[in-house]
Amino acid sequence: MKRFFKDIKKFWNFVVYSSNAELKSEVAGSFLSWLWWFLDPLLFMMVYSFIAILIFQSGEPHFPVFVFLGMNCWQFFSKTVKSSVRLIVGNKAIVTKVYIPKHMLILEKLGVYGFKMFVSFGLTAVFLIGEAILNAIWGIGEPVVIGFEILWVIPLIALLFLVTFAASLFMSHFGVFVEDLTNIITVVLQLGFYVSGVFYSLENRLQRVDMAVPFFEKLTIFESYNEFWRFVGELLTNVNPLALIMSDMRYAVLGNGSGFHFVAYAVWFVLAAIISVIGIRVIYKFENSYVKII
Amino acid sequence: MAESVISVKDVKIRYRFLKKVSLIKSMFSLKKMNKAEYFEAVKGVSFEVEKGQILGIVGKNGSGKSTLLRAIAGIFCPDEGTIDLHGHNVSLLSIGVGFKAPLTGRENVYLSGMLLGFTKQQIDQKLDEIIEFSELGKFIDRPVKTYSSGMYSKLAFSITAILETEIMLIDEVLSVGDAKFRKKSYDKMKSLIDDRDRTVIIVSHNTETLKSLCDNILWIHDGEMKMMGTTEEVLPKYIEFMS
Repeated sequence: MKRFFKDIKKFWNFVVYSSNAELKSEVAGSFLSWLWWFLDPLLFMMVYSFIAILIFQSGEPHFPVFVFLGMNCWQFFSKTVKSSVRLIVGNKAIVTKVYIPKHMLILEKLGVYGFKMFVSFGLTAVFLIGEAILNAIWGIGEPVVIGFEILWVIPLIALLFLVTFAASLFMSHFGVFVEDLTNIITVVLQLGFYVSGVFYSLENRLQRVDMAVPFFEKLTIFESYNEFWRFVGELLTNVNPLALIMSDMRYAVLGNGSGFHFVAYAVWFVLAAIISVIGIRVIYKFENSYVKII
Repeated sequence: MAESVISVKDVKIRYRFLKKVSLIKSMFSLKKMNKAEYFEAVKGVSFEVEKGQILGIVGKNGSGKSTLLRAIAGIFCPDEGTIDLHGHNVSLLSIGVGFKAPLTGRENVYLSGMLLGFTKQQIDQKLDEIIEFSELGKFIDRPVKTYSSGMYSKLAFSITAILETEIMLIDEVLSVGDAKFRKKSYDKMKSLIDDRDRTVIIVSHNTETLKSLCDNILWIHDGEMKMMGTTEEVLPKYIEFMS
């Protein structure tokens, strides 16, 4: 790990310059293409709102902000992880000519997609202010009351970066050896998108379920089906770090949900850190082989 | 005693014979996946290169010359042994540094320079010279993906040649771009090699080039050091062995 931190220090300027240059190249590619940094999350938010409210007849208070918070986290995670699969192969021209610790390429991607995520969070703040103005002038809707809980967003974003980094390390490593990993990851991420509650609340949704459960009489700790499903919702939130981050972020900003999951947060932080350490070591161990295979 | 710039001690470099796999294909394949096999490309090589020395490395194809050169450049880490450059910066002049295709030539100059260990300020100072030497003109602000192969090579050569490092590693003597640029790049390379403050290692099959440029020759055979000495001592024996 000493070597990793030494490498970060040595290659930090490269990571920052490279992230900036990649963002600039997107802007330079076409006229007003920077607008897509705003339009992309805005349009997706509208699509999900349309699906959730009109088709599934379900919604949550302050729905645009609710969707934004989930989508910003998910898009950052999924885009970084997906791009990591082809990261080393895609940078063949560089990694075969000059030494670069491959982790730096992941940090560069975290920088690019992290910037886009913060742009989306800026848009979320605009929506929050817009809601407050609508309420103050025309009395429309309920304003969001922002409390000190919002500060919890900072450690949540830190966990999001750590979880994404940990997953990306393994994706970039296996992406060198497994040809069809992109196909597999696309399906897995699609599943992750639906089970993480990007445009619905996992806990709120399941606690409204009253569906019968086979062998329920043996589950003596639950008094009703409803209680059982609430437990499942809580469990799914705790075991999925993305669901946990989204749920807690919504609680921090909107007060939506049953509360913070401090224990699960601590467990995931430690787990993500351990997985990151293992991933860093695996890449250092195999990086000689990458050059021969790609 | 002359200052040692490159110290290579008992360096062993192994490759794993790892192949790409497809999960779908392997699901339908009855063959068991084999355990990774190892191939030792460099088998315990040790030598020292002093400041200002020009060392040539010779050996038949597959003897481990380029692997050793890449290890000195830092692209590979040795599995055993150490390579100590005593704090000097190094560049590998092969077909050129790699570029990020969507970025402009100018941005790629900065990225390559940073990967070679230069600061942004140092690159700023050399930027105009690089652009001028590369003869790219306005194209320097266009994405590298729009470049012809000649333009790409010119920029790659200019970066490594102008951003002079204390140790220069050359994998085969280059011939880059059109006839005019080839002459210019050869002259530039010659002047870089002739600078006695710079330490140079050249890998080449061209014995005439090595004879005219190198002070010492390292002969590698099947990953092992067969002989090391002055050009006059080693080169005739190598030529005799190969003929």
